[in-house]
Amino acid sequence: MSTMMKSLAIAGAMATALAAHSTPAQAQAKEKCFGVSLAGQNDCAAGPGTTCAGSSKVDYQGNAWTLVDAGTCTEIELPAMADGTERKGSLEALDRDLPA
Amino acid sequence: MTGLIDDFLPALMDPDRPVPQGLQDGTGRPAGRRFNVYRNNVTASLIAALEQGFPAVSKLLGAQNFTGLARAYQQDNPPRSQLMMHYGEDFPAFLEATPQLAHLGYLGDVARLELALRRSYHAADSTPLDPAALAAIAPEDLAATSVTLAPAIEVIPSPWPLHAIWTYTMIPGIPKPPPQPQDVLITRPDFDPVAHPMPKGGAAFVAALREGATLGAAHEAGIARNDSFDPAPILGLLLAGAAITGARQG
Amino acid sequence: MTTAPQQTRTLPAAAGIGYKPQHYSDIIADARPVQWLEIHAENYMGDGGRPLAQLRHLADRFPISVHGVGLSIGGEGPLDRDHLARLKQLCDWLQPASFSEHLAWSSHDSAFLNDLLPLPYTDATIARLADHIDQVQDKLGRRMLLENPSSYLAFAESTWAEPDVLRELTRRTGCGLLLDVNNVFVSATNLGFDPRAYVDAFPLDAVGEIHLGGHDTDEDDHGAPLLIDSHGAAIADPVWTLLDHVLARSGPRPVLVEWDNDVPDWPVLAAEAQRAAEALAKLRPALRAAS
Repeated sequence: MSTMMKSLAIAGAMATALAAHSTPAQAQAKEKCFGVSLAGQNDCAAGPGTTCAGSSKVDYQGNAWTLVDAGTCTEIELPAMADGTERKGSLEALDRDLPA
Repeated sequence: MTGLIDDFLPALMDPDRPVPQGLQDGTGRPAGRRFNVYRNNVTASLIAALEQGFPAVSKLLGAQNFTGLARAYQQDNPPRSQLMMHYGEDFPAFLEATPQLAHLGYLGDVARLELALRRSYHAADSTPLDPAALAAIAPEDLAATSVTLAPAIEVIPSPWPLHAIWTYTMIPGIPKPPPQPQDVLITRPDFDPVAHPMPKGGAAFVAALREGATLGAAHEAGIARNDSFDPAPILGLLLAGAAITGARQG
Repeated sequence: MTTAPQQTRTLPAAAGIGYKPQHYSDIIADARPVQWLEIHAENYMGDGGRPLAQLRHLADRFPISVHGVGLSIGGEGPLDRDHLARLKQLCDWLQPASFSEHLAWSSHDSAFLNDLLPLPYTDATIARLADHIDQVQDKLGRRMLLENPSSYLAFAESTWAEPDVLRELTRRTGCGLLLDVNNVFVSATNLGFDPRAYVDAFPLDAVGEIHLGGHDTDEDDHGAPLLIDSHGAAIADPVWTLLDHVLARSGPRPVLVEWDNDVPDWPVLAAEAQRAAEALAKLRPALRAAS
């Protein structure tokens, strides 16, 4: 694309976007204070009480961890991606490796 | 003498270590499992923070799997900050480095999306630019114009159908993810972050804008990822998301 | 940050509640009998968004107590300068009616342990605490309150009783105290001392705030009861009784109900606050009779 063409393309894109955006600008963020907070809260309570957890290191080791049940990932069947170059793992192994 | 750092801390972090000498009950007997209250508080609170912070990863894996993973993660990754709102920064890389999850290549990106939603939620407030100010810029000057984006804007590039995986997991009745890559844009029009799918190249376009590139240069960054990249829908998302807070020509 | 709210300089001697965002609309609609709110400082150290917007709105209507849970004031290392700076930023913006922290430690170097960990009560610990409290009060430019912990074990090396540690710290630093009555009951049960004797030894003149909360029950290796400060249940009856014992000696004080785990709907919390308000109201005839 020539410089002129690129300039026209971005100008056209902005014009399209502005035309679709009809609501006026807001002076400041609306005070919609009610709403669920996203997680991660500090507090000063003890954990749900118990002395029985945390007594064996085996519980904590990543290499001792195994998939025992499975969530919604078993329902997601993704074939090999169109541009496989950036894939991080084979999706085809899904059914084989996870218990139903 | 029981040093907090020399004795208490190592035993707190390693359940295989004995309870430190010099810790006792009210009658002088060794503390025994009383010490586990502290071990449990640390472990349980960090696992709970991960469960609350990564609900989509937890649903994808199932609760039992997730708890086991979270237990392993917190053992080697105690929070570096007192602010639990940001805990789990290394969780995406941890998921990707866990061999048992190698076949679920998208998990790391789903975790990155959930971290980005939290960052967006707590990001600084900002005032959007009046669209009339953008409309007033001469069309031939737009390519050389750079824009300022709201601090709450986040982008997550992904080779996976990231947005579709996330919505399928979190919202009942959503169709299964199609096999096509999706970048994700997070805007925060008021106080609630909203995740939008973007075509390939979208993340490069928005990231370039955020780094101060002109609209023209950002457009080229998008085209470099995707020959048919069209910035119009993404500019529309940014406008609707109150995400453009300034514009500067030249 | 958003516009600064206007705050009073002290907490009222009335019932307050530990603020949870899910109760925002209930509180704005009708907070009775709650007259003040407490927040955990660390949850309001983000840069903006709903948490700070909510806090500004609430601070326009209620006195706010800022309760820190992450400063590690009893830590063996130096105070975290970055965290102290964040506290200062929050307090300078909010100008809260009170700031408090815990007699505990919770971090070392770059690791934050997210729990309130116990301290040996020795001369060295007291010297370190006094130094850290001085730094906090200097930095924030205000008096702070220090809270007594829930204890699950004791250090053999301790040479001071807990109320004496707290009294000595008020003497050395001028700080005030936050008396958590549930913590007294939990520690007394766990370590086998008389909670009333603890209260009687406590420097009640320095108490600027009282906490109440629920606890869970477990047991130690010998089958002895071990109470856990879970903040996940209603306040236990013996804790209410102990509150009466405290108030009869201290006079009216701000009394806070904390509920952090399995948080109930607003009416349940309001009922707990009502019970605290009634405990305070019972003092009035006694005060009149004494005058």
